[in-house]
Amino acid sequence: MGAQPAVEVRDLVVRYGATTAVDGLDLDLRHGRVLALLGPNGAGKTTTVEVCEGFRSRTSGSVRVLGADPTGAPEALRARMGVMPQGGGAYPMVRVREMLDLVAACSARPLDTGWLVETLGLASCAKLPYKRLSGGQQQRLSLACAVVGRPELVFLDEPTASLDPQGRHLVWDLVRAMRADGVAVLLTTHFMQEAEALADDVVIVDHGRVVAAGSPDELTTSGAEDTMRFRAPPGMDLALLDDVLPEGHLSKEGPPGHYTVSGHIDPQVLAAVTAWCARQGVLADDVRVGRRSLEDVFLELTGRDLRS
Amino acid sequence: MSATFDSGTFSPDPGVGSRLRMLAVHTRTETLLALRHSEQLLLTLVIPLALLVGLTLLEGLVELPEPRVNAALGTVLALAMMSTGFTSQAIALGFDRRYGLMRRLAATAIPRWLVVTGRLGGMAAVVVIQVVVLSAVALALGWRPDGGSIGWALLLVLLGAGAFGACGLLLGGSVRADLVLVIANVVWFVLLFVGGIVVPADQLPGALGIVVEYLPSGALAEGLRSVLLGGTPGLGHVVVLLVWGAVAGLVAARTLKWD
Repeated sequence: MGAQPAVEVRDLVVRYGATTAVDGLDLDLRHGRVLALLGPNGAGKTTTVEVCEGFRSRTSGSVRVLGADPTGAPEALRARMGVMPQGGGAYPMVRVREMLDLVAACSARPLDTGWLVETLGLASCAKLPYKRLSGGQQQRLSLACAVVGRPELVFLDEPTASLDPQGRHLVWDLVRAMRADGVAVLLTTHFMQEAEALADDVVIVDHGRVVAAGSPDELTTSGAEDTMRFRAPPGMDLALLDDVLPEGHLSKEGPPGHYTVSGHIDPQVLAAVTAWCARQGVLADDVRVGRRSLEDVFLELTGRDLRS
Repeated sequence: MSATFDSGTFSPDPGVGSRLRMLAVHTRTETLLALRHSEQLLLTLVIPLALLVGLTLLEGLVELPEPRVNAALGTVLALAMMSTGFTSQAIALGFDRRYGLMRRLAATAIPRWLVVTGRLGGMAAVVVIQVVVLSAVALALGWRPDGGSIGWALLLVLLGAGAFGACGLLLGGSVRADLVLVIANVVWFVLLFVGGIVVPADQLPGALGIVVEYLPSGALAEGLRSVLLGGTPGLGHVVVLLVWGAVAGLVAARTLKWD
């Protein structure tokens, strides 16, 4: 461990026939850190993770995982990492504890599987076969399988995709605890909130390329010093708001219900906007000054077109 | 469902587990699943048992040499191996793959050869149960075994389980699950009736009788009936089973898909 990075990817290219899934991507992840790969569907997130796990071969570029080349997923390397594949994986008829015990048996000093089942809220479905579990339960079992072997590095591919809010917070608590204990975590997500809540570093990818990288703070503050954002019911008449704003300020509605005021934002401008909202009888919600949400950054960079 | 975790709970401490323990837990899981699955049990135990009783007691069903129970036991042991090794194994593997099991196991430290060994271990456990149950019922129906025939019969059962097991892995490991389901069941039906299992090869019309001697079903059933009726297995039967096992095994090892 120590100074050696957990994952180091340089200029990764992955092509399938004529399609380029990953096109010159760089990543760095150190122990005790959480890296979130953020991107729309088809951006190349899963492909990148699978190359790092050693399950997919690369066309070119260099990949070092825990100091080794992961190609072919050698056993010794697999033992040191925990993998939560997208969509999970188990015998269709197996029970939660049986599956977890099987995965635990592959490791030398696994966590207590009974405790994990309990902690991840899976005790209530202990008797059900895997195929009868809800999506969220399957996902929590998959997470348990990823962490049971006390890995140094964990890959979580969309770990909270089908979880309810409680389940999501449980997973977040677990990821934070792993990070605090020195585990390196590489996760993919398309929930901005998840990346903002968990990640030390966020890498936004689109069409297989990094379009932005940095801490959530860096990504959300850069280039946004002179804006104020708030949410309110959609369709307000902003001509009236512009009348009360000082010279040089302009308001506009982005996605319905998302308002932006640009210009130098000082306490007077803030007060003017909220007072105006109050006169309209609406509550300005989620007010942010000089800071975009990661979602704003994401949509700015990757566009608003729907991906399949 | 929020949880707080003590500091150090997830402190990294990885390592490859003991191979023996991996194999033991994997085999146990496979066996448990095979015994819990009612459709598989129907195929592996209920139908062979019903056929054993039927063939022994209903003389008009199929023409069999005396003592009928000896020949019937040969027939149902061959069927039992086909059910477990081929049909049941192929379907289980097909659906395990669809549910992402292979990908899941590939992500652990378990070596790939051990995944296959564990599956065969589970299959072997079911075979032992089948042999014990079917032999016990045959004894109750009047089967009187002699030492020599038992040795030959066990050898043939082993070779048959191996040949069908390899074919099952080949089919289940290479084709889509729903297709595996169809093929595995159709082949089971066809081989049961015209593959030399229920109807002996010499009672099948013309060329079919010759062809089935070269199928694992025909070779195994003919061999088992012959040794249980006091004869020795033809060298041909042994060779046919060995060749099917080896060829299907080699092809399966190349085509087995891990996703």
